[in-house]
Amino acid sequence: MNETGGIGGEECVAASKVKGNGGIESALECIHPAGTKKNPEEESFSSNSTPSSARLTLFLFFSMARNKEALVLLLDVGPSMHSVIPEIEKVCSMLVEKKLIFTKYDEVGVVLFGTEDTDNELTEEVGGYQHVVVLKNIKVVEGDIVEALQQLPRGATHGDFLDAIIVGMDMLIKKFGETNKGKKRLCLITNAQCPIKEPFEGTKEEQVTTIAKQMTVHGMRMESIILRGKLSQDANKKIMDENDQLLRIFSTETSARSTYVENPVSLLGALRTRNITPSTIFKGDLELSPKLKIKVLVYKKTAEEKFPTLKKFSDKAASTDKFATHEVKVDYEYKSSQEPDKVVPPDQRIKGYRYGPQIVPISQAEWDAVKFKPEKGLKLLGFTDSSNVLRHQYMKDVNVFIAETGNTKATLALSSLVRAMKEMNKVAILRCVWRHGQANVVIGVLTPNLSDKENIPDSLYFNALPFAEDVREFQFPSFSNFPAPIQPNEQQLEAAANLVKMLDLAPQGKEEVLLPDFTPNPVLERFYRYLELKSKHADAAVPPLDDTLKKITEPDDELLQQNKSVIENFRRSFELKENPRHKKSRRLLREERYGSGEENSKGEIPALASNLIEDKSNVEVDNIGDLTPVQDFEAMFARRDNPDWVVKAIDAMKNKIHDLIEDSHEGDNNLKALECLAALRKGCINEQEPKQFNNFLRDIWSFCQEKSLHDFCDSLSSKGITLIPKSEAADSEVTEDEARSFLVKSQPKV
Amino acid sequence: MDFEHESDDPFRDDEDDPDAHLSLEKESTKEYVVYLVDASPKMFTSTCPASADDQKEESHFHIALSCISQSLKNQIINRSYDELAICFFNTREKRNIQELSGVFVFNVPERDYLDRPTARLIKEFDRIEESFAKDIGSQDGIVPGTRENSLYNAIWVAQALLRKGSAKTVDKRVLLFTNEDDPFGCIKGAIKSDMKRMTLQRAKDAQDLGISIELLPLSHPSDPFNVSQFYAELIGLEEDELADFMPSSGNKLEDMKDQLRKRMFKKRIVKKLKFIIVDGISIELNSYALIRPTVPGAITWLDSVTNQPLKSERTFICADTGALVEESTKRFHPYKNQNIVFSTKELSEIKRFSTGHLHLLGFKPLSCLRDYYNLKPSTFLYPSDEAMDGSICIFIALHRSMIQLKRFAVAFYGGSSRPQLVALIAQDEIIQSGGQIEPPGMHMISLPYSDDIRLVEERHSEKVGMVTRASNDQIKKAADVIKRIDLKDFSICQFANPGLQRHYAVLQALALEEDEIPEIKDETLPDEEGLARPGVVKALEEFKTSVYGENYDEECEANAKPSEASKKRKAQAEVATKECENYDWGELADTGKLKDLTVVELKYYLTAHNLPVSGKKEALVSRILTHMKK
Repeated sequence: MNETGGIGGEECVAASKVKGNGGIESALECIHPAGTKKNPEEESFSSNSTPSSARLTLFLFFSMARNKEALVLLLDVGPSMHSVIPEIEKVCSMLVEKKLIFTKYDEVGVVLFGTEDTDNELTEEVGGYQHVVVLKNIKVVEGDIVEALQQLPRGATHGDFLDAIIVGMDMLIKKFGETNKGKKRLCLITNAQCPIKEPFEGTKEEQVTTIAKQMTVHGMRMESIILRGKLSQDANKKIMDENDQLLRIFSTETSARSTYVENPVSLLGALRTRNITPSTIFKGDLELSPKLKIKVLVYKKTAEEKFPTLKKFSDKAASTDKFATHEVKVDYEYKSSQEPDKVVPPDQRIKGYRYGPQIVPISQAEWDAVKFKPEKGLKLLGFTDSSNVLRHQYMKDVNVFIAETGNTKATLALSSLVRAMKEMNKVAILRCVWRHGQANVVIGVLTPNLSDKENIPDSLYFNALPFAEDVREFQFPSFSNFPAPIQPNEQQLEAAANLVKMLDLAPQGKEEVLLPDFTPNPVLERFYRYLELKSKHADAAVPPLDDTLKKITEPDDELLQQNKSVIENFRRSFELKENPRHKKSRRLLREERYGSGEENSKGEIPALASNLIEDKSNVEVDNIGDLTPVQDFEAMFARRDNPDWVVKAIDAMKNKIHDLIEDSHEGDNNLKALECLAALRKGCINEQEPKQFNNFLRDIWSFCQEKSLHDFCDSLSSKGITLIPKSEAADSEVTEDEARSFLVKSQPKV
Repeated sequence: MDFEHESDDPFRDDEDDPDAHLSLEKESTKEYVVYLVDASPKMFTSTCPASADDQKEESHFHIALSCISQSLKNQIINRSYDELAICFFNTREKRNIQELSGVFVFNVPERDYLDRPTARLIKEFDRIEESFAKDIGSQDGIVPGTRENSLYNAIWVAQALLRKGSAKTVDKRVLLFTNEDDPFGCIKGAIKSDMKRMTLQRAKDAQDLGISIELLPLSHPSDPFNVSQFYAELIGLEEDELADFMPSSGNKLEDMKDQLRKRMFKKRIVKKLKFIIVDGISIELNSYALIRPTVPGAITWLDSVTNQPLKSERTFICADTGALVEESTKRFHPYKNQNIVFSTKELSEIKRFSTGHLHLLGFKPLSCLRDYYNLKPSTFLYPSDEAMDGSICIFIALHRSMIQLKRFAVAFYGGSSRPQLVALIAQDEIIQSGGQIEPPGMHMISLPYSDDIRLVEERHSEKVGMVTRASNDQIKKAADVIKRIDLKDFSICQFANPGLQRHYAVLQALALEEDEIPEIKDETLPDEEGLARPGVVKALEEFKTSVYGENYDEECEANAKPSEASKKRKAQAEVATKECENYDWGELADTGKLKDLTVVELKYYLTAHNLPVSGKKEALVSRILTHMKK
């Protein structure tokens, strides 16, 4: 405890003696004077007369100190909580871990209730407050808090959450007094199954109201996470209802928020482990027309929390060097493409934008002079039926429009619009330029968000919409145009409908499962837990996903068990078959061949056959056989693992053709040889190898002339196999006429 | 608009996916297109009746040209590495490498016939109609008595233009625009069947070489285009595809343009996905990016002296020793005064989940999908029977049930860049005036996690008591306003992005060395005329009075009072001005001593002279020098 807190405490003891929350009013009154004492920090600031040059830095330091949050965790560890304590350990330690990274100056205290022991200042000072233990006093976050939270003790008695709240408030008041308004937070995690003690005077309701008012006075906020459903065991409903009623008083009387969670996943997600203070994107007028403007504030409603960017690590520094940063600097040098050794200095560089093959150089100044400069502001284009904007057309993260704080008229104007839009099923289309100097406009849609809580104003959500340039209008076949065998039949439709109905994640009267608002990011959870683990054991392996997080990435076993018959029926109703026609162009021909068990010239069958069983598609052809030379050739051509295959295939094909012609008896091989030749011709055109073919055709030609194989020459011309002319392959040196005359030339000679 | 460079940190890239098993097969990444436009006299005489009042009738030839022009402009922005050729047939003049008659390849200097689009091509193509009659000329190429066959020639020329590049790495397409469904109609007897056969053979040869021929027919209400007459065979349409091919002919000009435009797109599959519905039932889906923001291309650094592109070289330097290091496979994150070191392998392990692919978790009513559950553009899913027979059937069954029961599916998408929960919304097909507006399928929407959602509204809650809500009368007045300012036919495609249009207009003008930059109409501005209509003004006034009372204008002024922040800013400026007088800036600048001052001191000058105070110290010094004109 620091000085101020100490003084407050003494005054408190002197003021009164109360037992438990029986005398809350007086307890809080006596705590209160502590707050009037000036914070030492503030004192030192006001009495400071530093030279003006240092004033700014000091101001920065001060505002930083002001922004830090003080949080007291109030954790129920009573017997009925034991089953969920592992999850509470996870979420609370995660919270502190993130503070260690993102907000290291935040302060945290931990209070347990439902413990066997009692250990808190109030019990020493005024008595009462049994079974409440201050595990960690409020202090700047440190590793030991994480460790303490990772091994919470299991308590043995029923805790009184109101006692814990008062102990937490007392700690905050003693430490900060009146200062740090709005940055003091209490976080209560309990199943609220046990009744709180009866007050000495007045009702429980009055007592809670008094406490809530004190919270407002001291600028504290409270967040309660109440475990219900699967997370609470059979409990007395009457007590739970009473407690719910009492907790609701906090929500209406002060800045408090109660969240009810029913499963471990939402417990992990319900407590914000990182608090980001929202800052406005836009502050100003929402222009319905030039004459009617509503003052609004625009904030981000969703923004992706990214995986942290890690720095590159250098191990070059000596291991003894304690001050080594281990950072790697990345240096960019721009070099001229003509003279690779010449570095071009930054002032000699100019930006170029691509326009087709051209790169258009343009300096920043020129660009600034000509670029599109829309005026800052939000302008309404009009309203339209909500059906004119489809859900999948939303482009980005979402903003929220709220009326300017404290501006009653603006709140009213926005509220009337929101309610009218909702009633009429309309949305508004808006043109937005958020900042001055923004290079573009945003077109977006405003959808109404009616508040269901009395103390929260109505608001609008804003989603950016695509421009004409952003949409690709691909056409897809209508489902109704598929032939009947592909269409699902009545029975199949019913099986599907049952699945859609029964695999229900939002059952009536129960908590919605995997509600985004309560579902933590499993990747980040895993990263931060691993980070903590590595800080102790540098060599630790990545831990497997725990069972709670698995419920986010895999279907819930319980749900599957409940709907076993529906799922079984669905499975039986449909038939899935690996498609044999798959990838015909590339691989099928090969598969067919090997699949039929035909012999292979090189005797590779055993190896291939065993391959075949595991993965048909991996069978590769590496030579041209006798049986299906054309297919082999094509298959070799299709192999992309090495460009040499093309050359190999061409050579092998040439040999094959040559063999075929040579071995031909009375032309019985001619047809096959011609087919091969046609395939070779096509292949050579595709692969831009016309010379290979042309030279070969000439060779074959003279070969046939020599051997007097005239019938083959005849069939050549009848099949129209000519040299490859320039018009078919650019690299060819043969003209169209030459190609044609090659055949003509041959004919008279026959 | 985002002009930022892509981060080169391998852990931050979004869509790039090292898991090869997820993207089964890479599609061809480049496309070569030959636009084959019929220039016969019939293309000029047939017109398409205009629908709206102020539209003129347009000839089929003009429609084809404007579609191509639109597509070129789109292409130079989006896919400028794709190559194209524009080729007319049934022309008087001829120009092609084979010297075939009746075929004219349009081109501009400094460009091959089949090449990337250039600014000059786009510009001259836009003006082609002015000089068409003079330079190219329209003339029927298939006439009785000769054996000339301009269609045959045209396909041959197109095939020759597309011989470049292997069919395996490039998509080769011929887009044929014509309004003649029976090109050999004027020929009789054996010659006709002979010419027909030859032409079909030519087309088949081209298709065998991996070239796809696509038909973009233009028709007239009184003279519908009959695909089965001849072209069905040419482009290889099966019987059951015929009906699908000609959607109940769009007769309106805009509809026809719309349909042609849509047909010109080549569908590109982003990824093939395995969708695990229940244990043992996994279907195959293809994913498509139908909506993605178009951004201006990346910056290329040039040498300002030669205007030649520069090569950037990246070196890694150890900050402690200054030694050059290899790109490290280790990363670190500071935590509890330590540097926690991770290997890149460990980091990718963190992001890996055994599920992979797309795993169904369950269903929820559509009302559970709140408007703020959005982070990025959606992805479209359409089933495929290519690898798994029965995928389409299961997909259709689920699709139909989801629409009927008004439910969406929740699934986990295990991609390695950002494994996440997604919502799958079944979208029914929407057809309007003969064209498909929304294809049938499912849209995959990334759901935020609790870490991504901010509780803004609650921060703005009143501490005590209720916030004011609108009265019924005020709501009614607001409803009147909504009724008055109604955009009846709003569609998301109706606005071009003015920033992007301006960007490319500037580039085009500079590329063509033109002096003037054409003005781009900003379509996104509100309709001021409409807002000034008496009915609208009245509704707005009544709403205003009902909420703000009579003194709206005063209220505005009251609100215009300087806020706390601006008061503070003003005070700061005053301090700065005072402090600023304590220095002799001129001398400091002349003696080069500005850099010896602190940043705070430099800012006095900047604040006092109302200059920006952002940037590093050097920037501040140079800004001061510039301001002092030194």
